[in-house]
Amino acid sequence: MKNTKTIKVDYLARVEGEGALFIKIKDNELQDCKLKIFEPPRFFEAFLQGRHFTEAPDITARICGICPIAYIMSSIHAMERILGIEVGGQLRELRRLIYCGEWIESHVLHVFMLHAPDFLGYQDAIQLAGDKPELVKMALRLKKAGNELVRLLGGREIHPINNKVGGFYKVPEKQDFAPLLEELKWAKDASIEAVKVANSLECPDFDQDYEFIALHHPDEYPFNEGRLISNTGLDIDIQDYEDHFEEIHVEHSNALHSIHIEHGNYFVGPLARYNLNYNQLSELTKQVAVDIGYDRIVTNPFQSIVVRSLETVYAIDEAIRIIENYEKPEKPAVDYDIKPGIGWGCTEAPRGILYHRYEIDEKGTIKTAKIVPPTAQNQSRIEEDLSNFIPKYMDLSDEDLTWKCEQAVRNYDPCISCATHFLKLDIERE
Amino acid sequence: MTESILIIGVGSPYRCDDSVGLAILKQLRLHELHNVHLMERSGEGSDIMDIWQSYGHVILVDAVQSGSAPGTIHRIDANTEKVPTDFFHYSTHAFGVAEAVEMARTLGELPKHVLIYGIEGKDFEIGKEISAEIEKSAEQVVQQILDDIHSIREKELAHA
Repeated sequence: MKNTKTIKVDYLARVEGEGALFIKIKDNELQDCKLKIFEPPRFFEAFLQGRHFTEAPDITARICGICPIAYIMSSIHAMERILGIEVGGQLRELRRLIYCGEWIESHVLHVFMLHAPDFLGYQDAIQLAGDKPELVKMALRLKKAGNELVRLLGGREIHPINNKVGGFYKVPEKQDFAPLLEELKWAKDASIEAVKVANSLECPDFDQDYEFIALHHPDEYPFNEGRLISNTGLDIDIQDYEDHFEEIHVEHSNALHSIHIEHGNYFVGPLARYNLNYNQLSELTKQVAVDIGYDRIVTNPFQSIVVRSLETVYAIDEAIRIIENYEKPEKPAVDYDIKPGIGWGCTEAPRGILYHRYEIDEKGTIKTAKIVPPTAQNQSRIEEDLSNFIPKYMDLSDEDLTWKCEQAVRNYDPCISCATHFLKLDIERE
Repeated sequence: MTESILIIGVGSPYRCDDSVGLAILKQLRLHELHNVHLMERSGEGSDIMDIWQSYGHVILVDAVQSGSAPGTIHRIDANTEKVPTDFFHYSTHAFGVAEAVEMARTLGELPKHVLIYGIEGKDFEIGKEISAEIEKSAEQVVQQILDDIHSIREKELAHA
């Protein structure tokens, strides 16, 4: 066979953007720390111009292999705001349900396949599986429950395609949920065990003074809707997002760093949601937190492994609630007329708020698009964490210091393709 | 009765050569394939471990970047060869195809037959165009996969 050979390749993986961390140490003191994260949203913003508004969910879903639902939902909500339609009742519940699925998938993946090996001293999840196969099998089964939820509502063959502006293309029958409901009941107990495992891990002491930003809804833990609030007094409608946040160019990175105007960097994701929305967690989730003696406010980013696990309990508990109360809606989507305007959507991706803004014309053609993914928002904060973290570990070998830095970055669960995939570390010592 | 075959095309449609796995699936859809299931995936490893669970035969196609000439086709029999995961330690968010194979092997959950085609890509920037040399290789891989399916069916007949 011409042009064909069977060889071992160095690696076989997604190559979706590249991140790099540069650290300069002089006389055992940290001189410089720069995080460079590659950012695809700029391409998508340009690519969306001239497309029909109904295409935005499907196109933006491809930005991230881990959190397509977040992209789908932020774009849909923005469009619905332009069209002036409200999707309520069971359709709204189904949207929360598919979001539960995405959180379960993403959180379990991060907690067990990426984060736990750090704490347990394993180089990767495969080593962990060799030593603790039952734990890894439990995690994979837990994640599968999330996968099933997303597939049942979103479609099976490719990435989720069943969501649309106005609702869904098709909605399930009540009985379609029966096998999944049984599995979720198992998953509820398993996720509580997962919290205990996560809480037993030893975390470095690293409490920081953060500005946490998350959506907030009076009656529910936030997925799709809410006002944007912070622990420093911010409380805005998402249409005012760009009055309060700006993306700035930093010399060392081709990505934009988001900052809260007049405040600086900020923290989005599980810790922010938990700290700002504790009261909205389900009774079960709060009870699990109480049972492990967990703090009401968490400011150590290494603790995110526990908070992600608590949010997994919440997502499973919430999914069960929605399925048990489900009644098939009469229509899978609400009707609307196209009209021009500007709309904003902000939803809680597993790793934090994902902001979209679109302007469409009277034919529904997208004139402008803006997308701010969670990792871009955390980027500046990650850099500051590293600057505070590295001095404690200056005596380590380059290899060990590299690993420590990776762990500090991993606290934020930076997104595979929203922002970065491959982190190259470069340590320069003088 | 024939056993179901799962063909997984991995990639992003907006990453130039990275979309070659999806392009190959598109070509395969033009053929009438009996009891062959085609699935597009982003490449998240534990998702792949989930979808292949009930299959005896899995063929997975993905773009790779290993330093070979663009368009080079790597054919890996995952049941007998290790899929290298050396890069893993230095990545911050990666549980991909290679990890899926090695994790499944560790847990004793690797399907009976897993064949991986990796097509060496050139351009992984954001965009929609696939490089010419990669397109050529894609055609070749489509033919190879059709041959693979044929030989799986032949073996089934021989054992019937």
